[in-house]
Amino acid sequence: MTTTDSAPGPGGVGTGAGSETAVELTVDGRSVSVPVGSTVLDACDAAGVDTPTLCYAENLTPVNACRVCVVEQDGSRTLIPSCSRRVEGGMDIKTDTERVRHSRKMVLEFLATGVDLSQADDLNRWAERYGADPDRYPAPQVIDEPVRIQDELYIRDYDKCVLCYKCVEACGDDAQHTFAIAVAGRGFDARIRTEFDVSLPDSACVYCGNCVAVCPTNALQFKTEFDLRQADNWRPGDHTVTRTVCSYCGVGCNLELHVQDETIVKVTSPADHSVTSGHLCIKGRFGWSYVHGR
Amino acid sequence: MLWGSNAREAHPIFFHHLLKGLDNGARMYCVDPRRTSSAKFADAWLGLNVGTDIALANAVARHIISNDLHNKAFIEHATSGFDAFAEVVDAYTLDRAAEITGVPGSAIAELAEAYATAETAQILWTLGITEHHNAVDNVVSLCNLALLTGHVGRWGSGLVPLRGQNNVQGGGDMGALPDKLPGFQDITDPDARARFEAVWGFPVPPKPGLHLTLMFEAMKTKDLRAIYCIGENPADSEADVEHARALLRDLDLLVVQDIFLTRTAELADVVFPASVAWAEADGTVTSSERRVQRVRAAVPPPGEARDDIEIIGELARRMGVDWGNPTARELWDELRSLSPLHRGMTYERLESEGGLQWPCPDENHPGSPFLHGWLWADDLEGRDPAPFSVVEHAGPAEELTDEFPLRLTTGRALDSYNTGVQSGSIDSPIRYGNTIDLATTDAARLGIEDGETVRVVSPRGSVEMPVRVLDDLPDGLTFTTFHFPELVDVNVLTNDAWDKRSGTAEFKAASIRVEKLAEPSIDSDTTTSEPGSG
Repeated sequence: MTTTDSAPGPGGVGTGAGSETAVELTVDGRSVSVPVGSTVLDACDAAGVDTPTLCYAENLTPVNACRVCVVEQDGSRTLIPSCSRRVEGGMDIKTDTERVRHSRKMVLEFLATGVDLSQADDLNRWAERYGADPDRYPAPQVIDEPVRIQDELYIRDYDKCVLCYKCVEACGDDAQHTFAIAVAGRGFDARIRTEFDVSLPDSACVYCGNCVAVCPTNALQFKTEFDLRQADNWRPGDHTVTRTVCSYCGVGCNLELHVQDETIVKVTSPADHSVTSGHLCIKGRFGWSYVHGR
Repeated sequence: MLWGSNAREAHPIFFHHLLKGLDNGARMYCVDPRRTSSAKFADAWLGLNVGTDIALANAVARHIISNDLHNKAFIEHATSGFDAFAEVVDAYTLDRAAEITGVPGSAIAELAEAYATAETAQILWTLGITEHHNAVDNVVSLCNLALLTGHVGRWGSGLVPLRGQNNVQGGGDMGALPDKLPGFQDITDPDARARFEAVWGFPVPPKPGLHLTLMFEAMKTKDLRAIYCIGENPADSEADVEHARALLRDLDLLVVQDIFLTRTAELADVVFPASVAWAEADGTVTSSERRVQRVRAAVPPPGEARDDIEIIGELARRMGVDWGNPTARELWDELRSLSPLHRGMTYERLESEGGLQWPCPDENHPGSPFLHGWLWADDLEGRDPAPFSVVEHAGPAEELTDEFPLRLTTGRALDSYNTGVQSGSIDSPIRYGNTIDLATTDAARLGIEDGETVRVVSPRGSVEMPVRVLDDLPDGLTFTTFHFPELVDVNVLTNDAWDKRSGTAEFKAASIRVEKLAEPSIDSDTTTSEPGSG
């Protein structure tokens, strides 16, 4: 279309004008109202229901891999994934039925049988809530690989990977568009790999750390955190988190500086900020050690 | 249109937004001498010769006009000088532009048609446009295109210079310009001065000061004898840097306030160790999109380092003026009282609204996501129409010669920043060092292999550095970063010819030759130079 003959006018200002109508539905017997286009998960949040999620992140497209967020919808034969299902008027959602509790429990148990979830705090909290007991299954096959330490920025510990795909999404078209990693292999041999499984420094990786930021189990871990854990000195309870603005370039990315013992130990970004949506580049993520004269 | 910007590496998170647009069906045209990592995402890459941007922009304009794709209603309503402009760009035929720029005429035509017929379109640029001796002409040649098509002053369309530093916008906003008071109020305007004098309690000198480049000129003529340099490292970052260092050494007094003992600080008579502004101090910074945001102290400054505000206050006290001990917030509130652009930006709002974009004249104003909406107002809000600018192609100040037959241009790498004072701390696995990038063809002609250390010579000096041979670099073009001055003193080579209006030096276009070393170099870090030349 051409604008050559259009009369002067400021054009549309803002986005999504006119789509702000609300949808009414019921969550656990409570009426909630959320904007059109919201997910069932959003409605659960609005109803004050704490829903377990694993492969979901607010800054990534849902991949529906984990099924831990399932809820029961009146009239639906199967349980539905709350993170991706859009709300419809009159939905009757139940999040705490025996069927939902049982399904979530099984998902959490299956994950815990083969994977080291010792640093997956949220998953452990939910496992306790749903009474997950992975020990009721026979001794599982585990990956049992040495931690991959190939540089000073982040490590990969495949024993902790639940194949949630979040890192792949963050590296790919949800944010970084670098496509350095993907799932390779089938069944038990499926792993998140670089191309031909080359080392990270030899791969397409540009060290933005956005994969690390979305990892729910610490399979991907900043090297600073890894080293402190090795020294038995990682104390998140003592951390202060201060929001500030990155010192490189003029984009204005918000940083959250995680500080332990007056030293920055980790940098994240708020997922709900319009500038970054939680993502950073190598400079913002890793370019802070000069503050401490290193 | 991404023009003279490698945002993929220099503004990576902005580029995320751009990529989201591409995923949603937007098209991107990338104008850059190099096929950068940004250009690899483009629908088309227009690999122009360094310093031929005006010829390209004028040819785009001519093609738009001759195909009747210009926005006549907007031009009539909101602009002036169209006829004179059209007359000048008429000489920039596709053929002539192709000859000057090296870009095929068909690609120029495609870009022109795509830009003119898009519903919304933006021109984004960085230092590829502004680090030239005719920087301002380059900028206005792009502004002409927006005026021609009406791609300005409305949602989704606009002119977007991407700022390179986290507070270079804020510095200007706060009056760190030679002729402006905070909020871009003119220092020659007696009413503006009177408002500031009433709050500051002393007369504000009506005479504009000097910008950085003019300061160096004034050092040359010995009119400027003392410098107080805060958070800048000109002894590494200036073009023709040996010359700049000699001038700094020759000063009667050099005071440097910085977080490290930079090369400039090493030349100083007095050094004030400062805290890190974004992690050890409170305040605000302003991003490229005019978004004012809070920075906050997360850790204490080391040793004797102090907050910049405290250092300046102590200095004033020694000069006999007591400004008390203001907090960053108190200073911000004073700024708000004097700058209408910022008046509505309370600390509370900056915190709760994720920053605010100026103009934000009162506390109920939502901030301004774009400027120049007045161009579409019925009466132009009482302003004069926006003028077209008549600009002609000029080319780089330094032409290629038999002695210096290669074009050197400079830029940033993803994991590094400016002179490396900060980014040097990143233990980056993707860092490839400070190479001179050569096209495969040029390397073959010179008998130079990838990784070989060579001598790079410009009319101003020479350095030794390793070669990286790239098969997507055009013939005759070479490229280097400037992030490792302690390893390779790249700015010994660059040209300090500068734009008389913006004060920016031509970092983007020097002439050089590349020489094979006679013997394998034992110390590849050696720097030789010819101080005082140029």
